[in-house]
Amino acid sequence: MRSGVTIFPGSNCDRDIIVALKNITGKAPIKMWHKDTEFPNLDLIVIPGGFSFGDYLRCGALAARSPVIKSIKNHISRGGAVLGICNGFQILIEAGILPGSLIRNKKLLFTCRDTMLEIQDTNISPFLSGLKKEHHLNIPVAHNEGNFFASEILLNELKNDGRIAFKYIKEVNNDTDYNPNGSSNDIAGILSKNGRVLGMMPHPERAINNLHGGTDGLKFLTKSFEQIIG
Amino acid sequence: MKISNQTLYNINKNEYQAQQESKLEDATEMGLTEDEFNLICNKIKKIPNKTELGIFSAMFSEHCSYKSSKKWLKTMPTKAKHVIQGPGENAGVIDIGDNLAAVFKIESHNHPSFIEPYQGAATGVGGILRDVFTMGARPIALLNALRFGSPSELLTKHLVSGVVKGIGGYGNCIGIPTVGGETNFDKSYDGNILVNAMAVGLANKNRIFYSAATGAGNPVIYVGAKTGRDGIHGATMASTEFTDNSSEKRPTVQVGDPFTGKLLLESCLELMSTDAVLSIQDMGAAGLTSSSVEMASKGSLGMYLNLDLVPTREDKMTSYEIMLSESQERMLMILKPGSEEKAKSIFDKWDLDFAVIGEVTKTGRLILDKDGFEACNIPINPLVEDAPEYDRPYEIIQNKNTIKINELNINYTVDEILAKIFENPNISSKRWIWEQYDSSVMGDTISSNGKSDASIVKIHGTENSKSLGKGIAMTTDCTPRYVKSDPINGGMQAVCEAARNIAASGAKPLAITNNLNFGNPEKKNIMGEIVGSIKGISKAASFLNTPIVSGNVSLYNETNGKGILPTPVIGMVGVIDEVENCLEMNVKEDNTLLVLGQSEDFTEGWIGCSVYQEIENKIIDAAPPPVNLEKEKKIIDILLQLHTKNLLTAAHDISDGGLLTAICEMLFKNNLGLNLNLPKSLLKIDSKDPTLHSWCFGEDQGRIIVATNKIDKVKFCLKDSNLDYFVLGKTNASNNLNLNDITTISIKSLKNSYERTLPLIMGKDK
Repeated sequence: MRSGVTIFPGSNCDRDIIVALKNITGKAPIKMWHKDTEFPNLDLIVIPGGFSFGDYLRCGALAARSPVIKSIKNHISRGGAVLGICNGFQILIEAGILPGSLIRNKKLLFTCRDTMLEIQDTNISPFLSGLKKEHHLNIPVAHNEGNFFASEILLNELKNDGRIAFKYIKEVNNDTDYNPNGSSNDIAGILSKNGRVLGMMPHPERAINNLHGGTDGLKFLTKSFEQIIG
Repeated sequence: MKISNQTLYNINKNEYQAQQESKLEDATEMGLTEDEFNLICNKIKKIPNKTELGIFSAMFSEHCSYKSSKKWLKTMPTKAKHVIQGPGENAGVIDIGDNLAAVFKIESHNHPSFIEPYQGAATGVGGILRDVFTMGARPIALLNALRFGSPSELLTKHLVSGVVKGIGGYGNCIGIPTVGGETNFDKSYDGNILVNAMAVGLANKNRIFYSAATGAGNPVIYVGAKTGRDGIHGATMASTEFTDNSSEKRPTVQVGDPFTGKLLLESCLELMSTDAVLSIQDMGAAGLTSSSVEMASKGSLGMYLNLDLVPTREDKMTSYEIMLSESQERMLMILKPGSEEKAKSIFDKWDLDFAVIGEVTKTGRLILDKDGFEACNIPINPLVEDAPEYDRPYEIIQNKNTIKINELNINYTVDEILAKIFENPNISSKRWIWEQYDSSVMGDTISSNGKSDASIVKIHGTENSKSLGKGIAMTTDCTPRYVKSDPINGGMQAVCEAARNIAASGAKPLAITNNLNFGNPEKKNIMGEIVGSIKGISKAASFLNTPIVSGNVSLYNETNGKGILPTPVIGMVGVIDEVENCLEMNVKEDNTLLVLGQSEDFTEGWIGCSVYQEIENKIIDAAPPPVNLEKEKKIIDILLQLHTKNLLTAAHDISDGGLLTAICEMLFKNNLGLNLNLPKSLLKIDSKDPTLHSWCFGEDQGRIIVATNKIDKVKFCLKDSNLDYFVLGKTNASNNLNLNDITTISIKSLKNSYERTLPLIMGKDK
């Protein structure tokens, strides 16, 4: 698989996803510096987590106006796949590639912890088609602005179009705090209309070995990549 | 140059003022004594102008000169085979094998964090990270040791909330995981909180960068953020006591910008991977003053700087302001001549300022030009060599009171005491705090936030076909109430507890960075606390072969004359060869718990200075538990031997709250229970029996609880070791702690208060 990872000056999960991509696909991704625009054709572009430009304005707002975004849009229009993780999800929304908004966590605190995700719609997206609907994944989050917010109309549309990728779910019966940020309908990740762009707050690249947050992130990424090439 | 020149007055009135001769009252306003002012005039053979005086006052401040503690710091053990660089550089460096070096340091940002908690704590993190990457190391982990006042005070909540947000704000954004630390509350910190931040980095052991200037004529480079008017005289502020009007000092607090910090980190490491950098120093406390003076002094050279070339945020800044600004995210470097263009292209790529602002000289003087006039011309030597060193009078007060167990006044049952222990915010879970820190960014965190006694981060790229790789273990420890009662003993205890924590995570303890936080050293008893704890730390560090390689001293932690508990924080680093062998503190079902370092016939525990004693008797006037260094060393060695033989499944050090508290902490995670084996003489007694209480809650040192599923093999190995041990029992699924017929305690309900205490205090848990 030919893949690329965008690098903004404040990206800080770029190394983590590069390692994951290399280990899973056997091929190192190309690094896509935010000021550059010329890249070879790719199967997948990952926009990693971090604080692209410090997030002093809205998270991802400046990154969404970087030269590299044009290349990402071209890639999407060619049918290429894009995965935005955490700040990458925020950038996809700020760039108008995914709908809705990501506002501050309900408790107004940065939150870093494990979450349990339930896979929602597996029909339209190569990211999910290799996985079972309602399957559970234990993947950590670490963010301050991950509270997905959208109008009722948009929320219904996402649901009806099968564009909700993941929801946070209860791990045990009395766990009232399972949604780490207060997002609408417990949404943790959404898809573009064609299913080839996925934005998610949790960090699959931080769950790729048993000593280190479990292997559910590895499982998700491996299945996704198989389907994207397939 | 003529300082009364009318031209200068016309160009920059304030600069003209800065170049005027100073007076004694200027000196006292800057925190210098009359003697110190006279010394300066003598040494430089003139009356300094205000800029020159400002430079002296910063260099002579306690924060930069260590004038009260230097005499004693020199007595600390700093050498060992594995030490590459001891104290005196930006950070300490140790050899961890495979051509790798661990670079680490702890530093305080106490005063600024009290005045402006978010920015104070954030810049504390930024500053310590710069200290580490200045040495050529990529930071891989952050820890912090925090002390706050009474949890019931509204101000405490404001400070906790701000400090935690500040630490997270910087660490999360720059992308270095915050993996551990400690937070305690005590009313002595009501007016003076402690914010100590520790950073650990990794470097190639042959690519360490130092600060000594080299080569007259070589260019001096300024990189990073622009210089503004923030933090002027921060070092001086950090060297005085507080009064009720301390909030007026808010403008002396620096403002952090973690995004620029990230750019500086990446660009400096990129430049350091070339051969362009000869020496480098970060601009921390006392900014451009201390960085330029220290570089020149260490290289026995001089420095010329044209301050008009310094990138500034505001117009018409004076030489005084530029030299004393503590604007963050700035570095001073000396480059190999001819490499300026190559270096500039890297900083251009990262959109950071880059300016050649001067050159190294042979003069031995610091010469500064501003607005075309000479703003400063002083010899370097007196700034460093002649900085005062005081031999302050001291008295080490060691409390010798021991508490007789049968004279104890017992109010509570064992169950009630345990309930109170886990409602104590010093012992309860700090989840509310650490969930606000990104602990897993960089993808190498193996253990953070109390999963094991020390935090463990994998060394990126050391994995091979046999192992997931090598890891660094880190912890911070100090029990201030022990130090207060007996500074020597308390100093030793802090080192030993840190070493036990490293060992209990499966790693070998290697070296120390320390942060000595005390009150006003001009008071005899406080100077005694400083001297005593340095003696204790030194004794233990040398016995355990864990030398002190870096550190920081923070004095004058007093408000309105009331000092903090003496708090010499020990940050310790160790190494684990295969991270998959790290030991958690959480025990699994059907494992046998045994306590190492405690005999079968031991029944009377040490309750002087314990958490128990605070709860039951409200007296703290007693000697802390004694420390036996031979026993401490032995327990660490034997624990690691057992672990090497693959016999252990978990380990946890016994500290605050004693044996029973430690057992509960091990059972919490997996919701387990235990039928606790009691010494024979305690089998049939009352839940209010004083001896039973002392056994359950005594804080005797040199004990670690280990878990095993191969108890016979463990017993066999311990037979010849001459180390006492006591089998506590086998874990079960009951989720109850059973003390024979005496009582049955619900672990579930203790865990509930363990988790709820801090969120309830912070009042933000919905």
